[in-house]
Amino acid sequence: MIDNIPVIPLADIINKFFNNNIDKITPVTKKISSGLGVFIDGFESFLNFMNPFVFIIIIGLLTWFLLKEKKLSVVFMVLLGVILVLGLWKDAMSTLALVITGTIVSLIIGVPIGIASGLNDTAEKIIRPIMDFMQTLPSFVYLIPAVMFFSLGKVAALAAILIFSMPPAVRLTSLGIREVPEDKIEASRSFGATKSQILFGVQLPLALKTIMTGVNQSIMMALSMSVVAAMIGAGGLGRSVLTAMQTVDIGMGVEGGLGIVILAIILDRATEKLAQKN
Amino acid sequence: MKDVKVSIRDLYKVFGRRPQRVYEGLLEGKDRGELTKDNHVIALEDVSLDIMPGEVFVIMGLSGSGKSTLARCINGLIKPTSGSVFIDDEDLTKMNSKQLRETRRKKISMVFQDFGLFPHLNVLDNVAYGLKIQGIDEEERYDKADEAIKQVGLDGWKMKYPDQLSGGMQQRVGIARALTNDPDILIMDEAFSALDPLIRGDMQDELIELQRVMKKTIIFITHDLDEAIKIGDRIVLMKDGKVIQVGTSKDILMNPADDYVRRFVEDIDKNKVFTASQVMRDPIALADITQNPEGIMELIDENELDSIFVVNSNNVLQGLLRREDIETAIEENARNITKYLDFDFTKVRKNRVLESLLVPLANSNEPIAIVSSENKILGVVVRSYIFESMVGGKE
Repeated sequence: MIDNIPVIPLADIINKFFNNNIDKITPVTKKISSGLGVFIDGFESFLNFMNPFVFIIIIGLLTWFLLKEKKLSVVFMVLLGVILVLGLWKDAMSTLALVITGTIVSLIIGVPIGIASGLNDTAEKIIRPIMDFMQTLPSFVYLIPAVMFFSLGKVAALAAILIFSMPPAVRLTSLGIREVPEDKIEASRSFGATKSQILFGVQLPLALKTIMTGVNQSIMMALSMSVVAAMIGAGGLGRSVLTAMQTVDIGMGVEGGLGIVILAIILDRATEKLAQKN
Repeated sequence: MKDVKVSIRDLYKVFGRRPQRVYEGLLEGKDRGELTKDNHVIALEDVSLDIMPGEVFVIMGLSGSGKSTLARCINGLIKPTSGSVFIDDEDLTKMNSKQLRETRRKKISMVFQDFGLFPHLNVLDNVAYGLKIQGIDEEERYDKADEAIKQVGLDGWKMKYPDQLSGGMQQRVGIARALTNDPDILIMDEAFSALDPLIRGDMQDELIELQRVMKKTIIFITHDLDEAIKIGDRIVLMKDGKVIQVGTSKDILMNPADDYVRRFVEDIDKNKVFTASQVMRDPIALADITQNPEGIMELIDENELDSIFVVNSNNVLQGLLRREDIETAIEENARNITKYLDFDFTKVRKNRVLESLLVPLANSNEPIAIVSSENKILGVVVRSYIFESMVGGKE
């Protein structure tokens, strides 16, 4: 019975589409790829060029004086010390460069999309399902086109990370803007504010806390994706975990996993405190 | 048109998907229930009002009466379905968005029920907000904001944030913010409704005091009739988007337009609203200081009085003369009544509220004299006048 129902060859259609168009797309993606590649490599070599001790002290001082979190500052320095003594420093810096670049790019693209979705109901109706799609599609699926467009390497990994880490930035920016109480906007309008004056003077400042939560979520997503992205050349701690998996090396897996957990804790607490400060 | 600050003409506002169709249906006289079946709300129906410069005009009604919608049509926050709103003879409904913004910046400010303060700005920046939007430089806008902050008595709180202030103080910030632009018109949307009763009373008094100095055109929205009567020069009563009655508080209390208004004003303590001048009547008889006791006795007998007020030729009150004192004067063959005058009676100025007359009236049968600032007698009040005023309008 089930054999009689005509099957739509979706896989064939998609394959055909990509095969036919790959030549047109790759010249563009190659350019993006080389630009982003330079940025990530530059960032990574900057982090690795810095003496680990200097880096640890800078993080400690920033937390102490900028976030005014003395306890957290000590915790951060100890955790970074653990990464150092486990010999994970280079890999950790490589992952950090990728995650931070990924987060910055997803914010640059995601926040404006979130603003559009927050201000306009039609925009939200279009953007929301796209975000749902991006977040729920199994992450392995978009590793393939990422490799096709950007070839194996850090930029392909970055593309995969972007798809995964952008939705929280978009969603929470949109939510933050929608949550701004109507009376504040009405008050602003009653004094003759223009739309952009309302956006920059009232809506964005009041949405900042929620947007910062989005930034935090975005970073966490990027970090979790960095392990999966190791399959297409992300390098860093993700690769240790991947290699450990392939060689059934429990010890190596725990080491790499621990490094990612430590980075996650530091990035999460730091952005959380930053959000609270606003 | 010359003396009108805000003129509202044939204003209609329908909320819903197809407001124009409902509006046309209303004009054709179709049934309201039929028209609003598919989630349409008729917020304003055929509203025409004139608001004079310098008056406190209260828009009064229960929730859903359209009063807030009407207020928002006056500064263009809501665009009416049909009709015009003239401000100084300029039609707000015909303005483009730039002209509308300009009008809001220069002519109209608004104070909100929930204050509408910006939590991320301190008091000074909140108050200076309207000027910042106009692109005025920091020094000038802080100068003007300082002035407004002083006016509402918040000196020394400039650097605080709204959540550090009490409700009453937050609304002072709201008022200061609205005054900084130096608008002609101030719209106050339930400005004191969120405050507790004691603070509300204080704020009302302060607004009245402030208005004495600034003489703005204030459009005050409230659901509280006591508040409306206390601060309003004129009141419009609205129901279901329609104007039910416009007039001074006395007009509305004395001559309610219909049963709805009558029910509304029923619970109002008229003793706190009416003043002595509204219930006083001309004295039935007055004695002249130069008259002899016999003449006065005759006057008293004629009018069946127990006592009589004595005035001089300029109508200035000299004292009260009681029947028994006149009898004594006649017995003693006095030719002049001056030494028989009594000064132990109540006299009040004409603008005192009735409440202040109740105790003296309860304690004595004698009339109360209502006098001018030169102590001239304007009228008298006896117990029965008070009772008659209370049932007034129901006869």
